[in-house]
Amino acid sequence: MMTELLVAVAVIAALSALLALLLLTADAVLLAYGECTLTINEEEEKVVEGGNSLLAGLMDEGIFVPSACGGRGSCGLCKVKVLEGGGPLLPTEMPHLTEEEREDHWRLSCQLKIRGDMALELPEEILSLQEYKTRVKRITELNYDTRMVRLEMVEPPELKFKAGQYIQLQTPAYGLTPEPVYRAYSMASPADRRDYIELIIRRVPGGICTTYVFELLEEGDEATVNGPYGDFVLSETDREIVFIAGGSGIAPIRSILFQMEREQNPRRATFFYGCNELRDLYLVEEMREFEQKVPNFEYVPVVARHEGEWDGETGLVTEAVDRRVEDCSDTEVYLCGSPGMIDASVKLLQGKGLTEERTFYDKFA
Amino acid sequence: MTAQMLIIFFSAIFTDNILLARFLGMCSFLAVSRQIKTAVGLGAAVTFVLACTSVLNWFVYHRLLVPFGLEYLRFIAFIIVIAAFVQFVEIVIERFSPVLYYALGIFLPLITVNCAILGVSLFMIIREMGAVMSFFYGAGSGVGWALAIIAMAGIREKMQKARIPKGLEGPGITLIIAGIMALAFLGLAGALTPPQ
Repeated sequence: MMTELLVAVAVIAALSALLALLLLTADAVLLAYGECTLTINEEEEKVVEGGNSLLAGLMDEGIFVPSACGGRGSCGLCKVKVLEGGGPLLPTEMPHLTEEEREDHWRLSCQLKIRGDMALELPEEILSLQEYKTRVKRITELNYDTRMVRLEMVEPPELKFKAGQYIQLQTPAYGLTPEPVYRAYSMASPADRRDYIELIIRRVPGGICTTYVFELLEEGDEATVNGPYGDFVLSETDREIVFIAGGSGIAPIRSILFQMEREQNPRRATFFYGCNELRDLYLVEEMREFEQKVPNFEYVPVVARHEGEWDGETGLVTEAVDRRVEDCSDTEVYLCGSPGMIDASVKLLQGKGLTEERTFYDKFA
Repeated sequence: MTAQMLIIFFSAIFTDNILLARFLGMCSFLAVSRQIKTAVGLGAAVTFVLACTSVLNWFVYHRLLVPFGLEYLRFIAFIIVIAAFVQFVEIVIERFSPVLYYALGIFLPLITVNCAILGVSLFMIIREMGAVMSFFYGAGSGVGWALAIIAMAGIREKMQKARIPKGLEGPGITLIIAGIMALAFLGLAGALTPPQ
């Protein structure tokens, strides 16, 4: 009886061990890719351990490819150009790549595994993405629920960005979150000042990051950001410009206005800024100053409801745009704000001749 | 000999369909039969695994368990072999065909718990088949299972436009259809007589 039991255990154990050994060997032999060399833009070579996703492999090397979903293949932001060693296109990449992108060797770096040497082409913007240690220099109350936070660069001492781009502000672990989370905020400061950035942050009741900014963050504190990201930047044409923003959507447009002031940009530009009540309005004086300093700029604040004295535009921002903008067939439109406001404005202006390639927007997520 | 193999093969597909006659492998049959495309992928994977594991398990049973008098351990031994084999196939596919690997996705590991696979291995013992015959029986059962799930996927694709009584939506109507399909396959019984 005892021997029978032992034999049974031994046989099953031997069978399991044999199969486990087979799997371990297969895993070690078949799935070992060894050290792989990533050649970036034909100049830089990085040696990484194979088997990881390209996104993770690049991050280990300090190259931050933008990704909003964290590598699950749902946001489609982590596209990079793989010239050699990418292998066949995977079904999980298909939905995010257009026909032209596929022919142009674009791949989704979070889905692609590093299986051998690869040659990559990364845009300059991605290579310049990194993490910055900063110090809170100044917090300015813009109105009852919005503040402007100026962060002074500490390490590295300069952040190079284009007007209209955004960074991700790290919220460290605290009461509302067990682990650090990141939220995107546009730079509101002039892009030629690389030693600091200014962010305009509106309080979201219960928001993890805004509660941190409003309740915990004080002048002198340290803060971590990474970036810069985004392609919401001024084009290099001489077309007329319409800016439309609501709430803290004024931030990237403020930065673009600093740029236009510096360049003495002669393009005709109109900025429609929508808010609910008079008390929501801020930075009005600064915008009036831009009207003086930028050659052909006009600021049009639009207030939906007002009780006090107000001789400006009233109603929804789309109503004011409808009244003032007649023809959009040769105009570029830059929008920043809530998805509802953006969609309504784009729909309205498409009726006036706006096309997709002349529409630029930065939707609040 | 050859004729017998062919009879085994075709009877496993039509008259003794593992899914419609034995109702084995129902979970993935119900879960993954919404689209023909995915049904074909899963069907092919199941067929391959069935054909291989039935032979593997034949050797495990007759060369390892029988000599030690451990026939009663066949359930656990078969499950271990099936799980390891599926894992092995997964590694091989990932290495040599990443496209197929991503296309099959979650289906591959799901095969491990498909009771049709274990069922075939057990039937093969009960019916006292030889190694070669087990291969044909396994392959035929796989094709039969694939045929059933693809047919079901075709019906369900058509059914998307149909108005189904509220209470029968989803698994309800699928089970009813599976039953009717089983009845239809029953009509083929007698056309081929598998050697018992």
